[in-house]
Amino acid sequence: MNNPNHGRPGRESKAVRAILIAVALMAFVVVLVIPLVFVFVKAFEQGTGLYWAAISDPVALKAVKLTLTAVVIAVLFNTVFGLTAAWAIAKFSFKGRNVLITLIDLPFAISPVVAGLIFVLLFSTTHGLFAPLLNAWDLKIIFSTPGIILATLFVTLPFVARELIPLMEAQGTAEEEAALTLGASGWKTFRLITLPNIKWALLYGVMLTAARAAGEFGAVSVVSGHIRGLTNTIPLHVEILYNEYKFTAAFAVASLLTFIALLNLIIKNVADWKMEKQNQVSNP
Amino acid sequence: MHSTMKLLRVKQPSVIPGFGITMGYSLLYLSLLVLIPVAMVFINTSSIGLPTFWEIVTTERVMAALKISFGTSFLAAAINVFLGFLMAWVLERYSFPGRKFIDGLIDLPFALPTAVAGITLTTLYAQNGWIGQLVAPLGIKISYTPLGITLALLFISFPFVVRTVQPVLQSMELEAEEAAACLGATQWQTFYKIIIPALLPALITGFALAFARALGEYGSVVFISGNMPMHTEIAPLLIRTKLEQYDYNGATAIAAVMLIISFLMLLFINFTQWWAGNREKTTG
Repeated sequence: MNNPNHGRPGRESKAVRAILIAVALMAFVVVLVIPLVFVFVKAFEQGTGLYWAAISDPVALKAVKLTLTAVVIAVLFNTVFGLTAAWAIAKFSFKGRNVLITLIDLPFAISPVVAGLIFVLLFSTTHGLFAPLLNAWDLKIIFSTPGIILATLFVTLPFVARELIPLMEAQGTAEEEAALTLGASGWKTFRLITLPNIKWALLYGVMLTAARAAGEFGAVSVVSGHIRGLTNTIPLHVEILYNEYKFTAAFAVASLLTFIALLNLIIKNVADWKMEKQNQVSNP
Repeated sequence: MHSTMKLLRVKQPSVIPGFGITMGYSLLYLSLLVLIPVAMVFINTSSIGLPTFWEIVTTERVMAALKISFGTSFLAAAINVFLGFLMAWVLERYSFPGRKFIDGLIDLPFALPTAVAGITLTTLYAQNGWIGQLVAPLGIKISYTPLGITLALLFISFPFVVRTVQPVLQSMELEAEEAAACLGATQWQTFYKIIIPALLPALITGFALAFARALGEYGSVVFISGNMPMHTEIAPLLIRTKLEQYDYNGATAIAAVMLIISFLMLLFINFTQWWAGNREKTTG
């Protein structure tokens, strides 16, 4: 980043610096690199044939389909929410603003299992608050797809909003106000002024939402019932394979999620770089 | 009269349109998806009654689970304060080949689904895993012990301290350190009296974030812990187990405890950030 401190000769001796770098590198390799490499080594341990078999297994494909559904719905709803909340919070000042921001952060701070429990308490057909209603209409939410969608929506709620709010706050309202004085409607202002300014942060927020939605485990585990082929997402499928000692297959499916994680990281770095360039242009 | 009107005003006047609809939608979405579900936990807990609640929470198994969760999370977060500080320091102060690559990969634990991290770390640290077999001759067992839990929590909370300290290091002015050097301070004195105080809020925030995340963690721990009650059973898992046994009261009670702690952590983190902001204003 734009850090003037890089490589600037500090007071530490070269030896101290070398040792610190070496220790940091070692920690980095042990904590991050080795597990990352391990996933792929284990996945391909028994050859690419078994890898493809594990991924194209019908049950696995059903899990992929369910995960994709959850991802698409989570991204759609939470992006709309993120944009509207960020607009309300960043472009206006009102009482209770900080409370609203804290509320949005709430799903972030709650344990995933507690998040799952919350929806069980609401929609369980035996103990839930809405149990009589659900039974009357023969609806199943817990142990069925809608429950998984809801749990995923909950845990991925903050991501887009969290990315947009600081950025939109920093960008202020001057450009939008100028557009309004020139006669643009609110919607046009949003489309042509605000959106281009936030596009990289928005992209990254969407990516975070999608990645988290795909990888969510704790909350979905509680509400899903683990019914193979019906209510299993990719992470749950990984768990089942692992518990059945089908390690290679488990790592093969896990490697899919790892690819998404790496893609996530790449997009983050690209978005960071683009935002910095945008910043440099507007603040020379 | 005029000042009363000012007090009654919730929002500052603004030319920007759309406040009503964006606020309305955001509040509706938040209420449906966050407020009401979270409230369920407390409503259910109050219907259990305080004496029963206390009885449940103080049973041996629950207390043991809470102790394990707290102990391992605290240890992992504390270790990450040192590791994360070292990482941030080396990344921001020194330049060496591969620096940007390492910086990009730091967020891997954020991006990687918890289930993938879980099975990877368990297999890695098992008796016959790559790392497990290195320490087995020393009689050290990692998987299925609290040590394993701590290492898993270390992995998933690794980025927090790094990412909170890095921006502060980036914007730190070296002039203060240079002035200290001119006045005759040794490197250690400069470190303790100039650098650490400047970084303290970021370190505390990073610790709190790491601790909060580790407390609620489920997916990456549930595989490596072995889940033996009283020994390696973490609180989120206990909630899940009680749900499976249809002990809704028990699960809700523990969830309520964890929720209260999450709220407190959120408040603490917000307070620390406010305190840091205030400090900057007075010393700025």
